[in-house]
Amino acid sequence: MTVSCRFTVNGSPVYGHFAPMRRLLDVVRAECGLTATKEGCGEGECGSCAVLLDGALVNSCLVPIAEVDGREVTTLEGLRTDDPLFAAFAASGGTQCGICTPGMIMAARALLNDCPHPDLSEIRRALSGNLCRCTGYTGIYAAIRAAAGQGGE
Amino acid sequence: MSWHAPRNLDEALALLAERPGLVPFAGGTDLMVGRQTPACGRQYLSLARLTVLRGVRETASGVAIGALTTMTEIGCHPYVCRDLPALAASARATGAIAIQNRATLAGNIMNGSPAADNPPALLAYGAEVVLMSAAGSRRVPYEDFHGGYKQTVCRPGEILTEILVPVPPPGARHYFRKVGARRAQAISKVSLAALLVGRPGSWECVRFGFASVAPIPILARTLAVAITGSDRGLPDDAELAIALSRDIMPRDDIRSTADYRRRVAMNLVREALAPWTRQGGSNASA
Ligand SMILES: Cc1cc2nc3c(=O)[nH]c(=O)nc-3n(C[C@H](O)[C@H](O)[C@H](O)COP(=O)(O)OP(=O)(O)OC[C@H]3O[C@@H](n4cnc5c(N)ncnc54)[C@H](O)[C@@H]3O)c2cc1C
Ligand code: FES
Ligand code: FES
Repeated sequence: MTVSCRFTVNGSPVYGHFAPMRRLLDVVRAECGLTATKEGCGEGECGSCAVLLDGALVNSCLVPIAEVDGREVTTLEGLRTDDPLFAAFAASGGTQCGICTPGMIMAARALLNDCPHPDLSEIRRALSGNLCRCTGYTGIYAAIRAAAGQGGE
Repeated sequence: MSWHAPRNLDEALALLAERPGLVPFAGGTDLMVGRQTPACGRQYLSLARLTVLRGVRETASGVAIGALTTMTEIGCHPYVCRDLPALAASARATGAIAIQNRATLAGNIMNGSPAADNPPALLAYGAEVVLMSAAGSRRVPYEDFHGGYKQTVCRPGEILTEILVPVPPPGARHYFRKVGARRAQAISKVSLAALLVGRPGSWECVRFGFASVAPIPILARTLAVAITGSDRGLPDDAELAIALSRDIMPRDDIRSTADYRRRVAMNLVREALAPWTRQGGSNASA
């Protein structure tokens, strides 16, 4: 069985027939060719597949495509190229191997959209569903504070 | 595999009456994790379009929370934060942000996990749940909802539509604490929500709801009786521990041991009662 779904990804319309329980993660990567979104755990624990669904942070490995009908998806590729998070992550050691980075940046963007000047505890809470095995997180927090215009510390 | 996405509640209930095997799909944060393993032949009933099941409203006697209301909505809703702070706290402790944006209160209850984070607060507050089928609806006290491990009294053809929570009187102590391996996104080793109204010798309400100390979320009734039945102040720790041990039956599992859980459960009870055990303490709303 397939269901027809119409939605937008980064502003571009997508229409197709999909197996209803196919993960948004797979559709974004395989059908839309947008591969910034990564699969880490496939079970909601790591946040590397995070995207925005109607502006809210979700793990795309937990969203079946049938539930995306009529909605707006934003992946890392859909952020503005001059989003200050990109330069800040590079400058502050917020990224090493890079696997977690797209999810970290999406979680950070979701935070800054709601709360432009978060304190450290707000940043930690916003990123608590995103795991990183390389950076030790300090560089990531510093990057987000820098992007929010609060300096690196 | 099939997928049904009814546009309104009547349509959903009619479909469910015809096919009681349909699996309701809310936020999917439990269903998507288990989806490959047992049953690819499953048939799903998406609740997403049933917007009447979403949101929080005030009723004559309390707060009514729609089945599809997410943890994010509950955790910051002004009525919930004001009147039911222990539930607001448990919603904010349910997984991380991306989970809270999808996970619903009904899903948390219906999944039937003994470790779920919101049942303790619903037990402490004396919540009721509304179950609806094409034939009508019924209300069930939440403390009678879980028959056994992963079982509920929800019958085929029924869905959970609303959770009704009475508002405690002013001055009540609302307590919630979850103990897990880390602060975010960890399944609890033990959690406790408590609602305490009154004072030693003249209690109006003493309710302790626990997760992860029995095969189902439980209301600690013996403990409550030990506290309300004592007319000379609070029972001492040994008496409390004996009463508590009649209510809970913790087990060893991958997350913790029975012994650790028993000790933590007792520590949480002590913390909940702290305003009345400390010198000069009277009351402190959490
Ligand atoms: C990474 C991760 C972390 C998590 N952390 C926590 C945590 O810290 N604490 C915690 O308690 N849980 C946690 N969970 C579990 C899960 O997120 C919650 O149980 C959540 O509330 C489930 O809600 P849902 O809407 O996603 O349910 P779904 O997955 O949609 O459904 C769960 C079950 O409920 C049934 N159901 C749903 N709605 C209804 C309804 N209205 N009527 C009848 N049946 C219904 C479904 O058929 C299914 O059996 C976590 C899950 C993941 C993946
Ligand atoms: S791949 Fe989705 S959360 Fe890990
Ligand atoms: S940079 Fe390697 S996992 Fe985060």
